[in-house]
Amino acid sequence: MTTTPVRPGETPLAPGAPRSGTTFLGLPTAPRGVGHLRGDRPFPEAARDALRDGQLRANLGHATSTIRAKRAKVVGEVPDWEQLRQAGKALKASTMARLDEHLVELERQVAARGGTVHWARDADEANAIVTRLVQATGADEVVKVKSMATQEIGLNEALESAGITAHETDLAELIVQLGDDAPSHILVPAIHKNRAEIREIFLRTMPGVDPELTDEPRRLAMAARKHLRERFLRARVAISGANFAVAETGTLAVVESEGNGRMCLTLPQTLITVMGIEKLVPTWRDLEVFLQLLPRSSTGERMNPYTSMWSGVTPGDGPQEFHLVLLDNGRTAVLADEVGREALHCIRCSACLNVCPVYERTGGHSYGSVYPGPIGAVLSPQLTGVEDNASLPYASSLCGACYDACPVAIDIPSILVHLRAEHVEAQQRTTPEAAAFRLLSRAMSNPRLWHLTQRAASLGRFLARGKPTMPAALPPPASAWTRSRDLPAPPRETFVQQWTRERGGRS
Amino acid sequence: MRVALFATCLVDTVVPQVAMATARLLERLGHEVVVPPGQACCGQMHVNTGYRREAVPIVANHVRAFAGAEAVVSPSGSCVASIHHQQALVLRRAGEDGLAAEAEALAGRTYELSQFLVDVLGVTDVGAYYPHRVTYHPTCHSLRLLRVGDRPLQLLRAVRGLTLVELPAAEQCCGFGGTFSVKNADTSTAMLTDKMANVLSTHAEVCTAGDASCLMHIGGGLSRLRSGTRTVHLAEILASTEDAVTPRQTTEPAVPA
Repeated sequence: MTTTPVRPGETPLAPGAPRSGTTFLGLPTAPRGVGHLRGDRPFPEAARDALRDGQLRANLGHATSTIRAKRAKVVGEVPDWEQLRQAGKALKASTMARLDEHLVELERQVAARGGTVHWARDADEANAIVTRLVQATGADEVVKVKSMATQEIGLNEALESAGITAHETDLAELIVQLGDDAPSHILVPAIHKNRAEIREIFLRTMPGVDPELTDEPRRLAMAARKHLRERFLRARVAISGANFAVAETGTLAVVESEGNGRMCLTLPQTLITVMGIEKLVPTWRDLEVFLQLLPRSSTGERMNPYTSMWSGVTPGDGPQEFHLVLLDNGRTAVLADEVGREALHCIRCSACLNVCPVYERTGGHSYGSVYPGPIGAVLSPQLTGVEDNASLPYASSLCGACYDACPVAIDIPSILVHLRAEHVEAQQRTTPEAAAFRLLSRAMSNPRLWHLTQRAASLGRFLARGKPTMPAALPPPASAWTRSRDLPAPPRETFVQQWTRERGGRS
Repeated sequence: MRVALFATCLVDTVVPQVAMATARLLERLGHEVVVPPGQACCGQMHVNTGYRREAVPIVANHVRAFAGAEAVVSPSGSCVASIHHQQALVLRRAGEDGLAAEAEALAGRTYELSQFLVDVLGVTDVGAYYPHRVTYHPTCHSLRLLRVGDRPLQLLRAVRGLTLVELPAAEQCCGFGGTFSVKNADTSTAMLTDKMANVLSTHAEVCTAGDASCLMHIGGGLSRLRSGTRTVHLAEILASTEDAVTPRQTTEPAVPA
């Protein structure tokens, strides 16, 4: 257990991943093989396979368009939605500016109410802390509330290697766990599966399941309910994440739909919460804004069915032992980046995933991180260091739908562009691409050179041999375009040339 | 008004008829068009691919080329958005504060074509004639960065002979995305396929938009499929009249099969 709080202002890079243009001051915060923040393949390669999966495309297309419509409807009902968004953004920005002070206050308040606070520099430390805490209770199994932080650090695997079984209790997380699969969406981890596939997983893996189980949603939910109920009732330890932590009272909050969270947060004797340090809000009043923004943006509901809040422990009521593990895992390094730090404002609603045309087609697994979609493309590379996730900032057409949908107005396209530059500027050797862009930059900044370049480009028309389009079989990198799209043959004359020829010196 | 035309690097080099149409349209509306010969590129491709340092001289050239222009008009939502939202930032980051202030002032006088027509000139009926079935794709940067809204539709609705058909899922990106179209060619193509399916479902002869880049992508796909539906820039449609159809587009596809 470490007791020194992270002070972003003083040590912006410690602990931090190596960052371009700065000195490498410490160990990477999310070492390979522990945090689930990196894929084993670059995005374009993983996406290529996902795009061929017609069932996946159909499942995702159906699910995302349904949630998109629900969200648009309930957001449209709020006349001051834009003001709420701006309030959310401002609250997050001011909280991040003094995160160190708020965290120390949170620790003080949690401790004053009988809880214990632990500080984890990275995934490894967090896993070690939680494992030790579970072992101290003597339990060999835990129930879990759906949590992105514990997915990020790979807690289930860490517990398993210590002989502790973790039972996911959120329906979608359960589906993913039983199917020996990985989550592909922040809110709906099993969004890539349809009912028939879920039925098949339950029949294959759920002990004592009714062999007559159909793919009717109610029957599937009842099967999961029966399976989970046993585990809730015998569990002695629960592990959760947190949507928010209120510094002034040391209160933790979990927002959910199914009630499984409420079971985990109230029945077991011991509760362990793993929370990213950025989830904190200074005061109860701040929740007013976020509890309006979150459900409408995530599930498309006016209000979520269950909002559980707890402050420390209460004798005779609920868990009698409470531990809060505050996780850095690269967040302090993100905070040090003036442009990128806005990614820490994310409240994990997943609205950006549901509106993203790239996510809708490639699915979440292509991103290789537990954080997929637009927010994942800006968060994962920052948590790991851009060079460790260099393909993700390019996994976007910069269409801007994510920025419009984000309830705290994170300018995701601008961060993507910024991270692309961080990647380019981190290269030690000149890549062929960089050489081409540098040459083009020289040409485009000197009209004489530019006109020569254009004239050279216009020679491409001879390859077309009088046809209006270029040949489809061009060598790389042009082939990346011409494999699926015709390329018009360049004209004999550019517009500026033609204009100058026709109008002479009139310009 | 004396209007400086920024053709954009892509239009100038690959589809010059779009800039010519823009110039003829503005002249027909009684304005003087000038084409600063020093113009090249707004710098967006460099910035968006991560070459923000290399974009600095390109932006500087742009600011130089258009210095003193009363108003700059460009037939591209994306390039105008870059001029509005990126140029000054890129210069400031490079420590070019003076130039950044100039770029900002220039951006304030720079308009995307449909915004210039509707907001500055106050016209929606530009006197065009275009007897075709047309669907309109709102390009992402026009829609979400410049917020052109329904201005292009107002202009199209006033075109004589034109049948405007609504494009399903119009606000979904076509998948072009600049260098995204080659760096993530498969995903880009998957997005394009859905866009083309929606375009073809309208049975339009022509798909139009305010960006030649997105149209080159959509048109390149439609042409590869021998679909018969062609892409034509908004400027070309607005420049068309009974007497003087714009060069090479009323009867021929912009990118023929």
